[in-house]
Amino acid sequence: MPETSRRGLLFGTAAVSAGAFLTACTSNEPAKKEPAADSRPAADDKPGKHVTIGFAGPQADHGWLNAINEQARSRAETYSDVTLDATEGSNDTAAQIGQVETLINKKVDVLVILPADGKALTQVGLKAMRAGIPVINLDRVFADPQAYRCWVGGDNYGMGLNAGKYIGEKLKDKPNAKVVELSGPDSLELTQQRTKGFDDALKNYPNIRKVARQAADFTVESGQAKMAQLLQAQSSFDALWNHDDDQGVGALRAVQQAGREGFLMVGGAGAKSAMDAIKADNSVLKATVLYPPTMAASAIDLARALGQSKGISGMSELEIPASVTLFSAVVDKQNVDQYLPTGFN
Amino acid sequence: MTPPASEAQQGGTGAAAASGPPTPNTTETPNTPNATNAANTTNMTKTSSTPNASTASPASGGRPGLGLRLDVRNLSLLGVLLALVIVGGFTRPEQFLSTSNLQLVLTQASVIGVVTVGMTFVITSGGIDLSVGAILALASVWATTVATQEYGFGGILFTAVAVGLACGLVNGLLIAYGGMVPFIATLAMLASARGLALQITEGKTQIVTVQSVLDLGVPDSYVLGIPPLVLVFAAVTVIGWLVLNRTTFGRRTVAVGGNAEAARLAGIDVRRQRLYLYLLSGLCCGIAAFLLIILAGSGQNTNGNLYELDAIAAAIIGGTLLTGGRGTIVGSVLGVLVFTTITNIFALNNLQSDVQQIAKGAIIVAAVLIQRRTLRGGES
Repeated sequence: MPETSRRGLLFGTAAVSAGAFLTACTSNEPAKKEPAADSRPAADDKPGKHVTIGFAGPQADHGWLNAINEQARSRAETYSDVTLDATEGSNDTAAQIGQVETLINKKVDVLVILPADGKALTQVGLKAMRAGIPVINLDRVFADPQAYRCWVGGDNYGMGLNAGKYIGEKLKDKPNAKVVELSGPDSLELTQQRTKGFDDALKNYPNIRKVARQAADFTVESGQAKMAQLLQAQSSFDALWNHDDDQGVGALRAVQQAGREGFLMVGGAGAKSAMDAIKADNSVLKATVLYPPTMAASAIDLARALGQSKGISGMSELEIPASVTLFSAVVDKQNVDQYLPTGFN
Repeated sequence: MTPPASEAQQGGTGAAAASGPPTPNTTETPNTPNATNAANTTNMTKTSSTPNASTASPASGGRPGLGLRLDVRNLSLLGVLLALVIVGGFTRPEQFLSTSNLQLVLTQASVIGVVTVGMTFVITSGGIDLSVGAILALASVWATTVATQEYGFGGILFTAVAVGLACGLVNGLLIAYGGMVPFIATLAMLASARGLALQITEGKTQIVTVQSVLDLGVPDSYVLGIPPLVLVFAAVTVIGWLVLNRTTFGRRTVAVGGNAEAARLAGIDVRRQRLYLYLLSGLCCGIAAFLLIILAGSGQNTNGNLYELDAIAAAIIGGTLLTGGRGTIVGSVLGVLVFTTITNIFALNNLQSDVQQIAKGAIIVAAVLIQRRTLRGGES
């Protein structure tokens, strides 16, 4: 069958060259890697006793979580006396329990755990503490305070509060100002907390009314879809708070597609793309409220201090604190340069 | 639209009838609308004919009835859509009934719409493709890597389509020649394509900087007020309709879905047909990925989340049989439009996600119930 084989040959060649092209296109390497954020140590900088830190985080399937892993890794590298034993990220509770148990069996000195689900990993946290391995609980809190020695994390309520305050101050002289909110997924408790904080802050400004709220899924795609609907529903408003900069990429795209301007947009989390836009000052995005991924670096600092039985420099205590709640700073054009190195992709 | 759709149906049953025994698919599952309706048809419209004749030759007996039925099916879905439009028009007249909202609804429908056209083919052939969302994600991130973006517009388009086709090829080979069940093979593809997408992005959002691609999503590029995305969606729909209803390929698809063994005995290369169908679904995912890149201006590994369910739901609501043997592109597209319009009305009325989800479920049930009612009403 010469005809078939010739056709086969043509298709084969086409497929092979297409494949060759495709494999050449998986590279995502930017020109150069930015160095990690500033390296001011929280604990005493002098090298001390060697500490092995076990790190278990969820699967880094979006920018913020990815930044968490990178921050932890690069921070550990700055210390000559720290070895980081990081497990593969997992979103599956059972898998993550297994990973933490492996780290317990390896007898690491300190554990840093960012649970996929805080409540579900409480038992394994307790197990580690009973085995004499202190646990630093990162961000998503365990159900039982006995399951961790120190909790360090962000403040979702405070994030909403600061976003509301920033928008309130910008609009306080504007009569009948209208605000819309593009939230994260309603199924997460943190979304409810952020919204509560935002609403509470706006209560201080009687001239401002929240006219609409829609929930996206922390994805670009959902951000675009929900924002497009919001823009259609509200022919005019003065400010928008978007909970997450990842979905904000989509939201900005929707704003651009609808050709709308004349309002102030505030983001959330602190992605580099958002900070770049704030710095360039060429879109509606004027500020973003941080939910700093540098908390992972701080957790490594705290873990090291714990392993070496030290306190934190700048505090007179001999031990590290039991909980550290980070401040959600508002980044706008004034201070963006300072925060730009912490922005994540 | 109606008679060709009935022909598509007839091809399947006719091929099945050629083998002698009636199709096991339709006779053994009395729950499916097809079987129920076939029973209705024989009972109500063909009361004069003997039961023996009506079961032995469903093709000749069912032909006029089938045409009417499919017409009613699409009409009732149009009725649901009309009811939604009235609700939207009453609750938010200014926002809902504007041109910009029509553009918005159609644009939002275009990505999932293109996927659904491919899915309709696969389901019509008795298969299922659970990997469409994952393929879409993989194609969209592969096409937006820094390396691909250096090739500009053409590079992005080519990569999106080629990745979609490649995934479809793997699906098709595994199912047609590897003998795997479609559910399992595409489930495996779902997992690995998402994994690969995650590996390529490393969890990052890849922003598109190619201006010619971005330009296609803004109002300046609208042709006579129609967004380019909607034009692509319309083109895919028309081509899909033509292929399913007017070509041998379409007839073969229906025949394979009606009764694969009968189709094989009738001389159809069933395996090759299946391979082509999954390739087609992959191609649609690739096109949809490109549309999504234009729409969202970026690629992300979370793209296309749960699209498989949305596409299947739209196809089923539209009247495509989950067991195969009958498919309608027009119905699927109407199904997609119903879903998108619901979402749009909810958002315009500022309903929150909890209410949205409850109401969406209720409306799906209501739509299907209304459809069944009108079907009976239309035939008696």
